[in-house]
Amino acid sequence: MKLIAAMSGGVDSAVAAARAVEAGHEVIGVHLALASNPQKYRSGARGCCTIEDSHDARRAADVIGIPFYIWDMAEEFHDGVVEDFLAEYAAGRTPNPCLRCNEKIKFAAVLDRARAMGFDGVVTGHYARTQISETGKTLHRAVDHSKDQSYVLSVLTIEQIAGAIFPLGDTTKVDIRKEAEARGLAVAQKPDSHDICFVPSGDNAGWLRDRLGSEVGPIVDQEGVKIGEHKGAYTYTIGQRKGLGLTVPTVDGSPRFVLKIEPVTNTVVVGAREDLAVSTMKGERPVWCGPGVAEQVLRGFVQVRAHGAALPCSYFFDGTLLVAQLDEPLLGLATGQAMVIYDGDRVVGSATICETA
Amino acid sequence: MSSIYVDHAATTPMLDSARTAMTLQLAQLGNPSSLHTHGRATRKTIEDARESIAKQVGCLASEVIFTASGTEANNIALKGLYWQGRDKGKHVVVISAIEHHAILDPAQWLADHEGAEVVLIPVSSSGVIDLDFLKDLVSTRGQEIAVISIMHSNNETGVLQPISEVVAIAGEIPVHCDAVQSFKKVPLSFSELGLYALTLSAHKIGGPLGIGALILRRTVEIPALLHGGGQEREIRSGTLNAPSIVGFATAAESEHFNAMNVQDLRDGFIEGLNKIVPDASINGLKANRLPGIVNVTFPGTQSDTLLLLMDSQGVSCSTGSACSAGVHEASHVLLAMGHSVESAQSSLRFSFGASSTQADVDYILSVVPDVITRGRAANLS
Repeated sequence: MKLIAAMSGGVDSAVAAARAVEAGHEVIGVHLALASNPQKYRSGARGCCTIEDSHDARRAADVIGIPFYIWDMAEEFHDGVVEDFLAEYAAGRTPNPCLRCNEKIKFAAVLDRARAMGFDGVVTGHYARTQISETGKTLHRAVDHSKDQSYVLSVLTIEQIAGAIFPLGDTTKVDIRKEAEARGLAVAQKPDSHDICFVPSGDNAGWLRDRLGSEVGPIVDQEGVKIGEHKGAYTYTIGQRKGLGLTVPTVDGSPRFVLKIEPVTNTVVVGAREDLAVSTMKGERPVWCGPGVAEQVLRGFVQVRAHGAALPCSYFFDGTLLVAQLDEPLLGLATGQAMVIYDGDRVVGSATICETA
Repeated sequence: MSSIYVDHAATTPMLDSARTAMTLQLAQLGNPSSLHTHGRATRKTIEDARESIAKQVGCLASEVIFTASGTEANNIALKGLYWQGRDKGKHVVVISAIEHHAILDPAQWLADHEGAEVVLIPVSSSGVIDLDFLKDLVSTRGQEIAVISIMHSNNETGVLQPISEVVAIAGEIPVHCDAVQSFKKVPLSFSELGLYALTLSAHKIGGPLGIGALILRRTVEIPALLHGGGQEREIRSGTLNAPSIVGFATAAESEHFNAMNVQDLRDGFIEGLNKIVPDASINGLKANRLPGIVNVTFPGTQSDTLLLLMDSQGVSCSTGSACSAGVHEASHVLLAMGHSVESAQSSLRFSFGASSTQADVDYILSVVPDVITRGRAANLS
């Protein structure tokens, strides 16, 4: 096949590209320039689109022996990922930008462009697997569950999965680093990237405050009694306990947790730990990574965070919303996050959580 | 797979004769500044080369200052002539809007750090500088102008600039000319043009990388950028790079670039393009141009996509400039000629050279339809 390898400058995408070449594919390396004013140097584990990273990607492509180009996706990234991130926070939800980037950039803008140019698909260094089944290509967890990234890929449609190649899904991260070393790739020991790539300081709250302002608002209890103030409701997340700055103690001295964020009134609602419990979640805009889900109730697992646990549940699709009923309640669940349904290791599909109870 | 090189404006294949001369010199021992036999031998070789290059560009041997690149020569000239003028109360730097970054950026640096006011001369839609603008500027603010720097021909479009007219308008104002693209491609004489300074580069004419020259009028003394041993009229210190200088001179002496042949190839290419992609347009078509450069706008495409597709067909061409992050940017040259950002970003440069053949042209034309079709599809995706 003729493939585009998306190369971030990290170890995973470098080894993925090398493996695709070894598998006999005709591979071209592409680094996505996602920031319109990239920083020169990478700082620690943050960011993945500095100029230094693009040099690392180029060097890896040269060592592997494949052509290399830089694609400017800064505008698409800004509109599809950064703006969405801000809008979601402004609406009181907690978005996952990596998921959005896979949905709108890597397996949409890049894959579409690649296909139009005559390529068959896109190779990435994601830890996930695909399998060919009777119903087509399906998405599965990586062998290395601690590195599994199927959660952030769960927004891919069947059509997108068909064009996605994940050569690392069968290997642990430790072995990928060893392999990179053996292949002579200088990025073998480069630190993993964490956090949000477009917030180079790592200070998400500060970054949001700079863009969304810091309008003071009330922190109230479940009865609506004001017990404190905050500087921007969006800097809180459901289930958060620390940093509330509350001086009025509860009657029994038990801690308070963020239960709800109400962006319209700029209010943060807090309450007791048990009030965080969620048994049912509903998600909008579902995407099926394989055969679609119907009204019939099925058994499976739901995951609500990138590296969270797979929680046993019953699930069904009511025609508009994807509904999951947990066997055991979960404490603290933010809307805006993705709920991803698994059938064993297979990703069934995902939806954006819009309602919890 | 085919391997067609049509990026001679970026760099050229090194001539066998230049490589041989350079290799022989690499085996020679002696610092040209040393007073002993070894030193004198190297010095003689360098001075032979200097005289040879001087002859080729129509200047005195003493006017040739060797540098490590065209960029360095441009920096020495622009900054040096500016500082010289500033000492006399002149603070205006006049350049064209289509200069290479090796002039644009030093000019900007002078504005940011040295108190210069930079005035850009606009160009016509054909890519030729506006002489009336310059005339007005010189007549109203001539006393304030420290230096005028205009390129001999543009590296992206190949459009030749009216340097004689610029010098006539400038009168006593020092004029520098970046001639790296023109040298050995079109007639060029430093003395006939009446310039103060001129920039040359070896690797654009079949010589080695890493060697250039600033031709600086004999009596002009400007401050140095590199201080040290005082080589090269104390304007450019540093041990002279004898092997590269020899390679440079050998390339300069060579008459391998046949302008008529290259121009015929170029014109045939343009004719073929017009048939295959009727809405493609050649930038600067109406102007006098270098024989080898063709800059084409393909509506509805993106240059970087086209470059990838051309490259995967074995054709090496160029998209113009990229920023430090490697992202392709709209060419300031095409923007200055009136292009929108969108159309400037749908342009490719093909630059033919002495080694180009009709077979190259035929091959490129054979892959153009598929490249343009895919490029347009990718642009819509």
